[in-house]
Parts: sequence; structure tokens; C-alpha cells
Amino acid sequence: MKTHKAKRVEITIEAVMRSRLTDALEKTGVTGYTVLPVLGGSGRSGEWSRAGQVSRASGMAQVICIVRPDKLDDLLDAAFAVVERHIGVVSVTDCDVLRAERF
Amino acid sequence: MEQIISLAASNLLSPIILSFALGVAAALARSDLSIPEAAAKALSIYLLFAIGFKGGVSVAAHGVDATLGMSLLAGIILSAILPIVAFGLLSVMTGLSRLDAAAVAAHYGSISIVTFVAATSVLESRGIASEGFMVAVAAAMEAPAILSALWLVSRGAKGEEARGMDGALIREILLNGSIVLLVGAFMIGWITGEEGLAEISSFIVSPFKGVLCLFLLDMGLVAGRGLRGGGGILSPNVLVFGVLMPVIGAAFGLAGGLLLGLSTGGLMLLMTLSASASYIAVPAAMRVALPEANPSLYLTLSLGVTFPFNLTLGIPIYLAVALAVTGG
Repeated sequence: MKTHKAKRVEITIEAVMRSRLTDALEKTGVTGYTVLPVLGGSGRSGEWSRAGQVSRASGMAQVICIVRPDKLDDLLDAAFAVVERHIGVVSVTDCDVLRAERF
Repeated sequence: MEQIISLAASNLLSPIILSFALGVAAALARSDLSIPEAAAKALSIYLLFAIGFKGGVSVAAHGVDATLGMSLLAGIILSAILPIVAFGLLSVMTGLSRLDAAAVAAHYGSISIVTFVAATSVLESRGIASEGFMVAVAAAMEAPAILSALWLVSRGAKGEEARGMDGALIREILLNGSIVLLVGAFMIGWITGEEGLAEISSFIVSPFKGVLCLFLLDMGLVAGRGLRGGGGILSPNVLVFGVLMPVIGAAFGLAGGLLLGLSTGGLMLLMTLSASASYIAVPAAMRVALPEANPSLYLTLSLGVTFPFNLTLGIPIYLAVALAVTGG
């Protein structure tokens, strides 16, 4: 089956910033994304777990977005403007998709 | 003094406080006891609805007078002023950076609705009446403290900039779920009055304390986990601040309540609101507006130090003082 090259952008970000990030992604013309809850983890800001958090201030979420390679720079510029001062990780990987017209 | 000790002793041995203590102990002992996230959310929705509804019914029964408007205004002023007091105290007592001090200060101007609920439960168990509109005062005190903290940061040195209050942040603060539910339930209670309460009293009156016990068990677990994970970042002076600031806040609440001529119960509730520190609305706002401030610091201080202090010793002290000054 024929596949098409694409970029998979994975952004782990504080839950309070999630809607700001997805709004910024939509403005760059991103046609879709997936939001996942994050159960817990550990990093430069220490260990944390979703269990028992009383405030969403300390929660994290993950936004996954697949785009055509030519849209990547715009997407990263928009994402970076939102996440720059916040806890989180942005990563980009190569992937293949079946239906290129959807991205 | 005897009255304070007596009130504190009976408060400490109440099911509510012992449930909280169980949660803290279980978390510190690394037990796997936990309340499922969705269940904890449901418990908090129940408590907010019940307390809002009962407040509205009380206003419907006693009518509206100028004290309501003045109390709302007093709540807004207290919420705006207390962060400035807290910021000054932190600057004198601790070596916190301006950003961290402002973020912590915001929490002490805003309120903890669970502390408020616990205080109303203590009043109810002692048959002490309070103004029903104190629920609305609680809602009014959530947001002004955030503005004060951002103003404190904006006066600071370059490089310590707040993101600012964009429209999305203002909407999130003013329309956060807790405030919408509390004010909405208050309005429903006000509109439907005693008849409405009679229809659902078996749901929102009788089970109230049992639900509060379970919710405080969860809060104890969260506070215990916070202390276990973040307790080390609190210096002795910051810890002292976490106990001293609520007492100072309560004194401001006392002065405001006396000026307003509130009842014994109302006075105690305004003291409790002024003494409590937010751990839901303000931390979220601080993460957006002041992302460089240390969240472990303000969450641990608010939830791990000030909340347990108010719950165990603060509330009985505020009640004893309110009884003493009103002769109630």
C-alpha cells in the first residue's frame, strides 16, 4: 500500500496550557490533533503523579499532531510561543500516513 | 483560652478531622489508599452544590439587605489587600524571590472553599446561625487576589514579567467550575427557597457530613503526598509564614466582619475565608501567568501547611474569637 511522509509532533504540556496550545495549532492550519491525559512522570521539575491531584495546575496533557512536512515550521513556531516558559517536552518524529489529503 | 482549648479538642476528635488525619497518615506511610479521581470530583461537586444551595435558601428565608452588598465589597477588598500583606511578610521573613513571593501571596488572598465548608459544618453542629450570603462572599474572594499578585510582580525588576491577564485567563478564573457551581446552586436555592430545600433535603442535608468526611480523607491523602514530596523545599521561615499568615488574615476578616456587623457565625466564616489559602483556582492561574514561580512551593505551603492548620486549630480559634467579641 502506498504511504506518504509526514511529521508527528508530540507536545507534553501543563494541563492549564492545553487549550492555548490547541488554539495556536488551529491558527496555523492544523487539521487535527489528539489530546491524551498523562498519568505521571519525572523530569527537571521533579516527580509528579496524576493520582490525587487536587488542582489541575500540576497536571500534564499530551497533544499529538501529524502534519505535512512543509507545515512543520509554522506549527513549531506557534507551539513554541505557547510552551516556551512552561514545563513540557516537544518532540518531532518522521512517520508515514496512508491518506495524505487528511493532513 | 479555656474555650479555645475546649473547641479545639472537640474539633480535633470530630469524624471530619479524623478522616483528614487518616488521609495524611496513609499518604505519609506510603499506603496505596486512594480515592478515584472521578469519585473525588463527584464528592466536591456534591459539597459545592449543597453548600451553595443551602446558602441561597438562607438568603431567601431572611431576605436581602444592604449588608449583602457591603459584605461582597468587603470580601473583594480583603482578597485584594491580603496578598499585599502576605507579600510584605514574605519579603521580611523569607528569602523568596519576588516572583515566588507574589505567587504565594496570591494564594493567601484567595480562599479555600473546603475550609469554608468545614467551618460551616462546625457552625451547624453547634447550632450557630450565619448569613447565607457568605457563600457569595466566598465566590467573590476567589479572583481579586490574583490581580493583586500580578500587580506586585509588574512593579518588580525587569526579567520578572507576568504573562498578563489575557481574556482566556480572566474567563478561566471567573468561570471556573467551582465558582459557577457554587453561585449557580446559590441562585437555585435563593429562587426555590424552603420548598426547594424540602424537596431535596434528604440528598443535600443528611448525607452532607459523611460526604465531607470522604472528601477530607482524599484531601488528607493529597496533603500528605504533597508534604512527602515537597516538604523539603519549605524553609523554617516559610513554614512559620504558613501558620502566621492565616492568623493575620483572620484578624483582617475579624475587623471587616465587625465593621459590617455580621452575626457570630458570619464573623467566624469571614475570618475563615480571610485565613484560608487557595489550592485550586489560584495555582492554575499562577501556572499560566507566572510560570517561572515554583508550583511545589505554593501548593505545598497552601495545601500541606495552611489547610491542615486551619482545619484543626484555626477554625476553633476563629470560632472562639467570634464568640468572645460578639458575646454569642
